[in-house]
Amino acid sequence: MKKKLLSLIFVMVMIASLLAACGKADDETAADDKNTADEGKVLNIWCWNDEFQSRVKDFYPGYEHNDSTGEGKIGDITVKWVITPNENNAYQNALDAALLDQKNKAADDNVDIFLIEADYALKYTDSDYTMDVKKVGLTDADMSEQYQYTKDIVTANGKIKGSTWQATPGLFVYRRSIANEVLGTDDPAEVQKKLADWNKFNAVAADMKASGYTMLAGYDDSYRTFSNNVSGPWVQGGKVVVDDNIMRWVDQTKEFTDKGYNKKTTLWAPEWAAEQGPEGTTFGFFYSTWGINFTLLDNSLADAKAAKEVGNGIYGDWAVCQGPESYYWGGTWICAATGTDNVSAIKDIMLKLTCDKAIMKKITEVTQDYTNHKAAMNELANSDFQSDFLGGQNHIALFAEAAPKIDMSNISPYDQGCNEEFQGAFKDYFDGNVSKEEALQNFYTNIKVKYPELTTN
Amino acid sequence: MAKKKSSCVRYTKWGYIFLIPFFLVYILFSLIPLVSTIYNSFFENYRAAGGLLQVGPNFVGIDNYIKLFKEYDILMYTTNTIVIWLLGFIPQIIISITLAAWFTDLRLKLKAKSFFKTVIYMPGLIMASAFAMLFFSIFSDAGPINDILLSLNILDEPFRFLSSIAGTRGLIALMNFLMWFGNTTIILMAGIMSIDISLFEAAEVDGARSFQIFRKITIPQLRPILVYVLITSLIGGLQMFDVPQVLTNGKGLPNNSSMTLIMFLNKHLYSYNYGMGGALSVVLFVLTFGLSLLVYFAFVKKKD
Amino acid sequence: MRKEDNFSLFGLYLRRFFSYLVLIILTLLCLVPFYVLFVNSSRSHADIQKGFSLLPGKFLITNYKSLLLDKNLPVIRGIANSFIVAASSSLLSVYFSSLTAYAVHAYDFKLKKLLFSFILMVMMVPTQVTSLGFIKLVREVSFLKNTYWPLIIPSISAPIVVFFIKQYMETALPVEIVEAARIDGSHEFSTFNRIVLPIMKPAIAVQAIFSFTSSWNNYFIPALVLAEVDKNKKTLPILIAQLRSADFLKFDMGKLYMMIALSIFPIIIVYLILSKQIVSGVAMGSVKG
Repeated sequence: MKKKLLSLIFVMVMIASLLAACGKADDETAADDKNTADEGKVLNIWCWNDEFQSRVKDFYPGYEHNDSTGEGKIGDITVKWVITPNENNAYQNALDAALLDQKNKAADDNVDIFLIEADYALKYTDSDYTMDVKKVGLTDADMSEQYQYTKDIVTANGKIKGSTWQATPGLFVYRRSIANEVLGTDDPAEVQKKLADWNKFNAVAADMKASGYTMLAGYDDSYRTFSNNVSGPWVQGGKVVVDDNIMRWVDQTKEFTDKGYNKKTTLWAPEWAAEQGPEGTTFGFFYSTWGINFTLLDNSLADAKAAKEVGNGIYGDWAVCQGPESYYWGGTWICAATGTDNVSAIKDIMLKLTCDKAIMKKITEVTQDYTNHKAAMNELANSDFQSDFLGGQNHIALFAEAAPKIDMSNISPYDQGCNEEFQGAFKDYFDGNVSKEEALQNFYTNIKVKYPELTTN
Repeated sequence: MAKKKSSCVRYTKWGYIFLIPFFLVYILFSLIPLVSTIYNSFFENYRAAGGLLQVGPNFVGIDNYIKLFKEYDILMYTTNTIVIWLLGFIPQIIISITLAAWFTDLRLKLKAKSFFKTVIYMPGLIMASAFAMLFFSIFSDAGPINDILLSLNILDEPFRFLSSIAGTRGLIALMNFLMWFGNTTIILMAGIMSIDISLFEAAEVDGARSFQIFRKITIPQLRPILVYVLITSLIGGLQMFDVPQVLTNGKGLPNNSSMTLIMFLNKHLYSYNYGMGGALSVVLFVLTFGLSLLVYFAFVKKKD
Repeated sequence: MRKEDNFSLFGLYLRRFFSYLVLIILTLLCLVPFYVLFVNSSRSHADIQKGFSLLPGKFLITNYKSLLLDKNLPVIRGIANSFIVAASSSLLSVYFSSLTAYAVHAYDFKLKKLLFSFILMVMMVPTQVTSLGFIKLVREVSFLKNTYWPLIIPSISAPIVVFFIKQYMETALPVEIVEAARIDGSHEFSTFNRIVLPIMKPAIAVQAIFSFTSSWNNYFIPALVLAEVDKNKKTLPILIAQLRSADFLKFDMGKLYMMIALSIFPIIIVYLILSKQIVSGVAMGSVKG
């Protein structure tokens, strides 16, 4: 009986694998009929949220967005947005699969442009899946006004493999009303003096607590200020190395948590966002350029649908200062995918959105985002430009001061996974569920599942 | 006689023909995958460099299995799964058997039975991912449940359910309980109603109390069904995924204590780690196939 | 004697009171989450952040509209996609399961016992354990890749449905009916379609509902099969799970509750209409346990 069953299964498997093989053969023939025209009619853009989409919508000349289909048009080219949210690596997994499959797809289904972040830029720029921007058509002169670090980060083997419209120096954003009440001043220069190093920062945190406020909202708020000032990359010679400075973050956050200097929330949680709104009682947040106008501004409103102006929630009650340590956070690069059939369209998008002084200056003026054009930014820094949202402050001046200081030498292709897993593992420590050693062990365990090729302590 | 035989043969053909679709699909989508899963478990096969670099397939023997037990601590994930399952199953079986006894108790004569049955079965049909998202929202640190507990002065400060091991596991178990106790109640009711009624009548004539009848007749008579419920629920428990996955955002926090076996498998499938995923699947297959055979020999086979 | 009666009557009332109390608590436990969901889906983000209220708000329509307008969360498409997948799987599942059960029930052939035993043995083996090979197959065969086929076709072989339908056939389908049809010259296949299927209607309906809901609610396999398709092609549970992980979707809690409500309430309404059949269907399938 058993033998019969086995032989039956075996025969059936044989038949079925033949069928499966037929399926594969079909696959290869299908790949042949490709659109071979020089310029494809469909531009596929891969990204993880709608930030870039809104930049293109608002500032790329000639782009028309169709709200009912979610697609756009540039001349006779249809722009398709493939948006895959970021967490659990979903965006990169989908992108990787699409890139690995690039050769087998019709040209109009190919990835043409994809966006990447600093945390994992190296993974793509150090591969053949990204095109040299010089081959796309950008010249050194075109990119001469971009901040050096934004080019360094996407440079692999001497080739620049991407271009960005933003520079992302980080600052400390605080509530003016709370500063006035607790520190007796809301002047950014005065506040900066009180927050100039971590000891002073901790002292202010105690004052905040005494007045019924918290210094920070969540565990991860100050993470970047530490992780960006490390002495070496996350992965060295195939081994995961936890830098001393990151352990300093652990100790500081544990202290803040135990003393009640934070609200125990996590980045992006609804409670964390709520702390940035009218009901919040948190003094400040570490945010870089994009966070201020893309996240903080929206969170600070009482009525999201009403006009974004003073009087709506705590719009206007914010100000920025340098904070205890310089850092950057985020940044989004535009990459041209190898195998694209829309090179000239990509070139024009890169030129207009990442090299054009007038457009980039306008982006900053309208969105208060900080753009990647030194001359344009210095003009604004020295002008009477002011942000209503930040109570009339010219934050561009602070950014212009911070941007050239950014050092991106200690990045690795594994940064995103390491940062995410590290923050996740240590949340347990801050919550009091595990000891520091256990948290570290959990981090190592999880990192090995994510990156089987790495070794740990 | 000869004629009958030939007609029988003629019809027999159709028995095979009608089975073709089922077995063809089963082979294609279950057996081939099973063989390929087992095959893959002996190879090193994953994507390195965050996903862009294919490593393997290289034959590594049983290395993946060794790694699974030594480095990846599969026992911890198994324990998590079993503990969370038990937390939901124990109240589930107690409540279900009590309700089933009440619903079928001739003296108790409960009213609105069909209303209660309708209500308790309802959570079982809800999309588990939506149910988990709902629980995540209403049990969040600043969510409605904490609001209510604070405003009733039951708590002084919000209880952070998802930051505590007991809270997280408890919520998952509560959801599993809610989704399954209605189903179990109805199955047990059907079981009780199929018990020979003369047994109950005889006991009543002897003056037995309700609880005595329940303990001395209902439970022993129900034993096969109870075992059936236990094993099928355990198989279901081993598959636990949607609820903890959505509730903890795939992280299984705190301290990996809510990371179930299938969540762990999902991590490997998601990152194209076919070798390790294969080994884990084979372990799961052995477990569930063993339990499945137990159901087969204990209940299905007996019928024949 | 009389005293005893009174005593036991009192005990009965007490037991009845206690039973109702427990039932009401359980009912509340089952219903409160959905009430909270209903209330919050009708309130604005700002109101929700201020705290919970027992009464619904006035933003039901507003939340509904803002959800529909959100291009990053194509919920209507999700519902349509889920419906296509669930409806086709459930149809295929009950049709072919009936056919399979019928083959075993009505015909005598050599391998019958073996094949049916096989179906029963693998009945309880969950699809998860072969998901690795399944996903690998789907990713490698272009006909299956990024399509709904891998979610639909496998429902042709559903051992549990075969088992339940076979159970029902034993009581509801005497072989004499089939033989009578043969004498009338009916073709075997049309006998199945015209005579057997109508007789099996009650069992088929119940199994169709179960297949539909299990496919409608399925998250694990679709999330892997459809991991790389455009958001407009994803099924509802995947969109729901994205709410949990996507940062930029969280800024309107009213919208979030509305999305959960939209994925839960339609099923509840359908269930309330069909609850009698469903509840008796659960009992029917289990008597044989």
